[in-house]
Amino acid sequence: MAEKMELNEVEVWDGNMAASQALRQAQVDVVAAYPITPSTPIVQNYSSFLANGYIDGEFVMVESEHAAMSGCVGAAAAGGRVATATSSQGFALMAEVLYQASGMRLPIVLTVVNRALAAPLNVNGDHSDMYLGRDSGWIQLDAFNSQQAYDLTLMAFRIGEDHSVRLPVMVHQDGFITSHTAENVKPLSDDEAYAFVGEYKPMNAMLDLAKPVTYGVQTEEDWHFEHKARQHADLMTKVFGKVEEVFEAFEEKTGRKYNIVEEYMMDDAEVAIIALGTTVETAEMVARMMREVGIKAGVVSPRLFRPWPYEQIKKALSKVKAVACLDRSSPNGALGALYNEVTASLYQSDNRPVVTNYIYGLGGRDFTIDHAKEIFKELDANAKEGRPTTPLQQFVGLRGPKLSFY
Amino acid sequence: MLEIRWHSRAGQGAVTGAKGLADVVSRTGKFVQAFAFYGSAKRGAAMTAYNRVDDEEILNHEKFMHPDYVLVIDPGLTYTADITAHEKDSTKYIITTHLSKDELVAGQPKLEGKDVYVVDCMQISLDTIGRAIPNTPMLGALMKVSGMFELDYFQDAMKSVLSKFPQKVIDANMAAIERAYNSVK
Repeated sequence: MAEKMELNEVEVWDGNMAASQALRQAQVDVVAAYPITPSTPIVQNYSSFLANGYIDGEFVMVESEHAAMSGCVGAAAAGGRVATATSSQGFALMAEVLYQASGMRLPIVLTVVNRALAAPLNVNGDHSDMYLGRDSGWIQLDAFNSQQAYDLTLMAFRIGEDHSVRLPVMVHQDGFITSHTAENVKPLSDDEAYAFVGEYKPMNAMLDLAKPVTYGVQTEEDWHFEHKARQHADLMTKVFGKVEEVFEAFEEKTGRKYNIVEEYMMDDAEVAIIALGTTVETAEMVARMMREVGIKAGVVSPRLFRPWPYEQIKKALSKVKAVACLDRSSPNGALGALYNEVTASLYQSDNRPVVTNYIYGLGGRDFTIDHAKEIFKELDANAKEGRPTTPLQQFVGLRGPKLSFY
Repeated sequence: MLEIRWHSRAGQGAVTGAKGLADVVSRTGKFVQAFAFYGSAKRGAAMTAYNRVDDEEILNHEKFMHPDYVLVIDPGLTYTADITAHEKDSTKYIITTHLSKDELVAGQPKLEGKDVYVVDCMQISLDTIGRAIPNTPMLGALMKVSGMFELDYFQDAMKSVLSKFPQKVIDANMAAIERAYNSVK
């Protein structure tokens, strides 16, 4: 029986420690992992918890991230609660198996510490790996700080493992800016956390020898489409309600309120930034500053990145006049992903704000208060003119001549 | 909002020092951040670490800051790193050196007219801890210069931060903090 860990009411944890403590408290049966910067400490902390008797489950060191996710698929199909962690190149190497996991409807929890993708090689945070996962059939939750990395990791088990959902869940946090920044975190006690996550109830476990099942079968044009369509249908219809239910249960337990789309000062906002990760909080702080100089600023942030919350985004932007979509990933030949999703959400809306796109922060480039102020000022001009006063896509914080398109 | 920038070499304990400080400060009900620029830095490479302290939840995640305190825990970095970057008129410098303040400023004219304090964290950590780990003595010096906490309170809080270490290590760190507290000028 695993030993319990005494935790303070307020701990000073970085995002990695927060995620590894949540994995420990969920009493995962199998973690198969291959550590990679900046998520290495998640796996490292976890293995030391295990070595010190705080975890009953198995920890399997494997030879690559491909093998790590393959080990997770095997263990989850066998009927265990399963989790792992990765970043960047490791995430990219896992990509093939990510689709296997979601296609086999295995509720694995993957804590992703977001990092840039090479080349050029870079260990710092951006959202390239998170965006790489967006068609993989996983549920993607996004944390903006260490507390949320902890909270969402606990909630991820309850969302993904529910028998009406049965889908794997990624919990994203920003590399270094969250993963290596120690902040105040209020943890639950081990008993409270485990009671919240609940005991794992496997479905179609391969180790249930009384009821033999097959995983990883081949289906050609006869059945493949139906399987994929059903997975998509479940993502589109079953996940939102379950996420809301788990968010509500978590609020009852902790007082900490989460929403599928977070809104900050949007009641009367005329201009809004939409962003992911730590940038959300910096933008919120700057929105307050802008109000002191007469710009009615707000911030909208998708807590759930997949499935994409069309209705909630539409509602959050139902009154605003100008919107900036901030993408921390190089779109490499298109407008940014957030821009595309947000404009698609707004196309069916009665409100049609001016929407522009900013690419920023690649490879850990700092996103500063001054950057956010500049964006809000440009939005204010767009709102007043009722049309874009800047090019549609601009690069922020880039050295050299200003880069923009359309 | 109080902001602190550490200049250190990877391996000298700036990150541990920044996190230890954050831990102590958080116990008083304040909100804290401790972070660093790592990159692919190897042991011995110049690096910076940071603290933020506020009465409200800290939403600012930019790495940029105008520091209230600059803590230099490696003597050489006074000459080779940009320790005055983004300073304010009120920025206070606490610098590890075996030199007197006048000798230090003579050797690094950038510090002329600034609010500079000196303390020999290297010698203190060698004498007390037995290794060149100048982070805890620097915290002792910071307590004296900033008046953030009384020495006794800070030592008690650091004891619980260090509680996973053997008593001998805790005692050595307490001695290092006290000596730096009393000798910073």
